[in-house]
Amino acid sequence: MSTTGPDLVRINHVTKTFHRGAEDIHVLSSLDLTVAKGEFLALMGPSGSGKSTLLNLIGGLDRPTEGSVEIGGERIDRLSERDLAAWRARHIGFVFQFYNLMPVLNAERNVELPLLLTNLSKRQRRGHAENALKVVGLSHRLKHYPRTLSGGEQQRVGIARAIATDPTLLLCDEPTGDLDRKSGDEILTFLQTLNREQGKTIIMVTHDPHASARATRTVHLDKGQLAANAPAG
Amino acid sequence: MKYLGLIWSNLKRHKLRTALTIASIFVAFLLFGFLFAFKEAFNSGVRMADADRLIVRHRVSLIQTLPVSYGPRIASIPGVASVTHMTWFGGIYQDPKNMFASFPVDGESFFDLYPELTLPAPGRAQWSKTRSGAIIGRSLAEKFGWKTGDIIPLTTPIYGEPSRQAARDLEICGLFDTTKKGGDTSALYFRYDYFDEARPRGKGEVGWFTVRVANASQADTVAAKIDETFANSPYETKAEPEGAFAAGFAQQIGDIGKILIAVLSAVFFTILLVAGNTMNQSVSERTGEIGVLKAMGFTGPLVLVLVLVESCLIALTGGLGGLGSAWGMLTLKNPVASVLPVFYVPESALLLGSGLALALGLIAGALPAWHALRIRTAEALRRNG
Repeated sequence: MSTTGPDLVRINHVTKTFHRGAEDIHVLSSLDLTVAKGEFLALMGPSGSGKSTLLNLIGGLDRPTEGSVEIGGERIDRLSERDLAAWRARHIGFVFQFYNLMPVLNAERNVELPLLLTNLSKRQRRGHAENALKVVGLSHRLKHYPRTLSGGEQQRVGIARAIATDPTLLLCDEPTGDLDRKSGDEILTFLQTLNREQGKTIIMVTHDPHASARATRTVHLDKGQLAANAPAG
Repeated sequence: MKYLGLIWSNLKRHKLRTALTIASIFVAFLLFGFLFAFKEAFNSGVRMADADRLIVRHRVSLIQTLPVSYGPRIASIPGVASVTHMTWFGGIYQDPKNMFASFPVDGESFFDLYPELTLPAPGRAQWSKTRSGAIIGRSLAEKFGWKTGDIIPLTTPIYGEPSRQAARDLEICGLFDTTKKGGDTSALYFRYDYFDEARPRGKGEVGWFTVRVANASQADTVAAKIDETFANSPYETKAEPEGAFAAGFAQQIGDIGKILIAVLSAVFFTILLVAGNTMNQSVSERTGEIGVLKAMGFTGPLVLVLVLVESCLIALTGGLGGLGSAWGMLTLKNPVASVLPVFYVPESALLLGSGLALALGLIAGALPAWHALRIRTAEALRRNG
């Protein structure tokens, strides 16, 4: 088990409402949530419960209608768009369900993408990218394009890209949703290793109880509110 | 610079589409180059004209001749510094497609009026003592491989000789150059006395007179005096500054400037639609990827710049390629040398064309770049999955 520290993420009375024409869609309702540093949290819930919306708020991809989102002591809901982008570049690594790799870039260049936003030299960027791919066991596939990689390998590249900048927080939206069981297990093992051995704080949205079992804690969302708050069994 | 790799990779995303877009822009700017070469050709006479030179021709038309005896009378008019005459010969060397500018002239006064043409002293001396002598421009010599001492036969369709029979054997006495940038060295000048003695009709007549005025500011006044001198005579004259004469000559074709602008505007608009469509499609397809970039921390303005740079690279590749090809082709060979001896893409057109290519890239990329800037990250990510 990883050692957790003080709260890294604080969601305080967060409400999120989408306006679609004359209709208001209430996705999150006065939600409170904390995530400790070093924790591996699974967010579960039925479709439409607000899991991805919550993840987007934590990742600074959206702003709450009401309430506050505090990451590492910083109120990210108050940051300007430009500052939020810079903040994301430094603190957040995203892992997507459908990998979202750039098809025109090989594995190494895909992993290098977030590093373009740093002041690292080209050699340093390539070095970081190679290291990240080594961590996920894909050193031998540096120059391969996504179309020549399996689903599991593409997701591993996605993880490598997410960790290349050594972010504070990893946000994973259904990372095994598009994978078979074997590949999915590999991915979950990677995530668990990152959490346990490197103390990486991970928040993972998932439908799959098998996936959530790998987390240190699982919370359930239903109709925009936390329905349960139980540790993984 | 570090983003160039990403931009380059995106350009290769749909190689055929990118290549076809670049090709269409290439053709448009190749046309641009050629059209500006035409404009330059028609305007070169105006540009090369000296402010203190007048052309005196028959009032009715340039193809009507004037008596050679007008020369001394023009020279005696106050304000006239020197006079010479020229006649269009229409010389053909061996094949009608080898027609080039050729003129019988008064060898004694010719260089007084055209000091920009430089002929070494030995050549001048030889021409002076060789009745059948001719001097040729350097580019003409290079075209046919002629050199001093060669005898070249010229025929002409104008003076009644049967075609394909040598009417004039001319001995090349020297090669002349010009001190004016872009000046013409594709002409041949031979002696008027040799021409006049042999021609079957029009003896004692010339095409026009070239007059140098003592004071350029008095050019219009002197021109008026010349016309007044010969008013109501069988050969009334029209005297005008050389620049106005050249402009009027070009105007016979039409308002070259307006024709050019009309054609190029239509071409530019069409290419803008093509390039704009390409960029719009390209960015639309990548909405999800743009979302991912923004999620990573790429700012909206940065994404906007990346799209614009991509668009400009396409436009500049096609545009500069087309301009460069037009320039290169016309530098290597003038395809209309017999009609337009001065035919090249001027520097001003290259600069203008480059600017237009850049503008094309910016305008074509503006809408998709704006879209990329404005799209919300979460919304873009939803489209990807």
